[in-house]
Amino acid sequence: MSAMLLVRALRDPASVQGLGSGEWNALVSMARAEQLIGTLAHRLNGLSLPPAIDRIMADARDQAAFVRRQALWEADRARAALNGLDTPVILLKGTAYAAAGLKAGVGRSIGDLDILVPREALPSVETALMDAGWEWVKSDPYDDLYYRRWMHELPPMIHRERDRMIDVHHTILPLTARQTPDADAMIADRLELGGGLCVLSPEDMVLHCVAHLLADGDLAGCSRNLWDLHCLLEEFGGEGGFEARLESRAALHRLRPHLERGLRLANGLYGAGGALRLSDRLYVRRLLSRNHWGQETGKLTRLAFYIRSHWLRMPPLMLARHLWIKSGAGALTGQRRSQDGHVEIGAPKRASIR
Amino acid sequence: MQGLSLQIGPASFRIASAWREPVEQLERLYAAYPKPESGIADFTVRLEPARPWRRWVRPSVAICGDYMLPDAAPLPLAQGLLAAEMGMNLQMALGWRRHALLHASCVERDGRALVMTGASGSGKSTLAAMLGERGWRLMGDEFALLDLATGDVFAFPRLISLKNGAIGVMEGEAKPVRFGPLMQATPKGDIRHLVPRPEAVARMSEGAMPALLLFPRFGHEAAVRSVGKSESFVRLTQASTNYVALGEAGFAALSRFVDEVPAQAIDYGSGEEAMALVEQLWSAAA
Repeated sequence: MSAMLLVRALRDPASVQGLGSGEWNALVSMARAEQLIGTLAHRLNGLSLPPAIDRIMADARDQAAFVRRQALWEADRARAALNGLDTPVILLKGTAYAAAGLKAGVGRSIGDLDILVPREALPSVETALMDAGWEWVKSDPYDDLYYRRWMHELPPMIHRERDRMIDVHHTILPLTARQTPDADAMIADRLELGGGLCVLSPEDMVLHCVAHLLADGDLAGCSRNLWDLHCLLEEFGGEGGFEARLESRAALHRLRPHLERGLRLANGLYGAGGALRLSDRLYVRRLLSRNHWGQETGKLTRLAFYIRSHWLRMPPLMLARHLWIKSGAGALTGQRRSQDGHVEIGAPKRASIR
Repeated sequence: MQGLSLQIGPASFRIASAWREPVEQLERLYAAYPKPESGIADFTVRLEPARPWRRWVRPSVAICGDYMLPDAAPLPLAQGLLAAEMGMNLQMALGWRRHALLHASCVERDGRALVMTGASGSGKSTLAAMLGERGWRLMGDEFALLDLATGDVFAFPRLISLKNGAIGVMEGEAKPVRFGPLMQATPKGDIRHLVPRPEAVARMSEGAMPALLLFPRFGHEAAVRSVGKSESFVRLTQASTNYVALGEAGFAALSRFVDEVPAQAIDYGSGEEAMALVEQLWSAAA
């Protein structure tokens, strides 16, 4: 059994009606593992289900409503903290979908608050957030330096009273990635939600989703990201000329191959179907690698994507150095923090960055 | 992976293990418990090797499942039963929403419930176990489930988790066949599980109206102090794992609880002392 069970239930909710108890157990565990239980619960709402499943799905909808309320409150707190700065604050990912009332936000799990601000505004944004009660999560000077030099976001901050994390982005991919999206254009074309918060334009929202899914990371959480992409495409696809605008925008951000693959995968798994390339099948395999206990399977595929994520994130020499230092051998050549905490400038971060 | 399914109070579990031993122990100790209605479980718990080779070499059990803590320490296979119990507790603490979940022990008599809550080491679990052998129905030693609509308490009578000194105390009260293996030097000290009496299992779906709330504290001279509503309320919010997630419904349930249920803090130096105090306070509350 693979996560095809989950994909099918999301794509065609009526298909669950013949499931046996073993399949239901598997579906619930897979959906929880992929952070898609709230989404699934909304998709199945109104269908005639076994009573035990009805209760589980009602709980999941309640939990999703709580998560949504918490996420929107957190966005509002960030808005209040940054109000006086005269800088645009753009919500990203789950919070943006929820705030904009998009289908991708229905039942979605939302973790950290992700916002995008202009790079030149980072110092004042950082100060304003610290004044309003956010503080650094990581104390390691290496981590801090790595984030500030190479990442697309500030080191994560956490609010000392509400215990919620915020990621402040200034672009959508690490600076070391091969693609260089045009963050200025994204910020310039933002949409106002009213009340001082913004979201990306539909085209940029899709492309951020694609970049997050395919150009960054090891595809952890890829099932949910692909569902996001499917929902965004379905919702915006009806607008006249959207496809053409999306393509030219992808060219601007240098994400055309990623967009094309994203379209094939979303269509193939959640949409009307369509031809997959041979290389797409590896992604599908990664997306479906769960068994009926909800466990990860496909260790080799996962490892391959893990290695790929490093390859995407860093040029070869930097990667070699990063791995050298992470392996612990760096201590022998003095490329680690010395005992007094002094930081060797330019040395990549040791841990936490995958 | 081998597995079994269990119904405990209103919650049901599917438990999978990479090893046979924990499943065999669970099958023996939970033999009297029903299977989930229609075969569908609320939660899945998985006991997995912490690393692939740790299935065979110095076997090490990682506590996994639908809900997981990222930094949970694995346990040796000899403590596999404890891992399964911790896994079930974790699912409840992180995933249960159908009641306000109180980290408390609970016993019932004449349709009315005594709820006991306190920090680890307060003796709430031991007191519930002792009362459960002396004419009370044990409803649970870990969680009390507060109904959001009616204010009734519902039972979650899983195995009683006896720690350190409580093990010897209860070995004097219950037959050996009701005990699980003695697990020494676990992260929580020595642990031995006790199967609740048959009545506690047979009547596990019956609720009860809460009549008394106690905050026990072991290791002090016997003393009783009345606890005000505001203090009870704050201590219950701290003892509830899902108070925040339940929002207004959770607030309403706990407000009602402290409005209707008298609360006392009791200090005690021995089990017998506590038994006498409980009976005395219970008749006063009745």
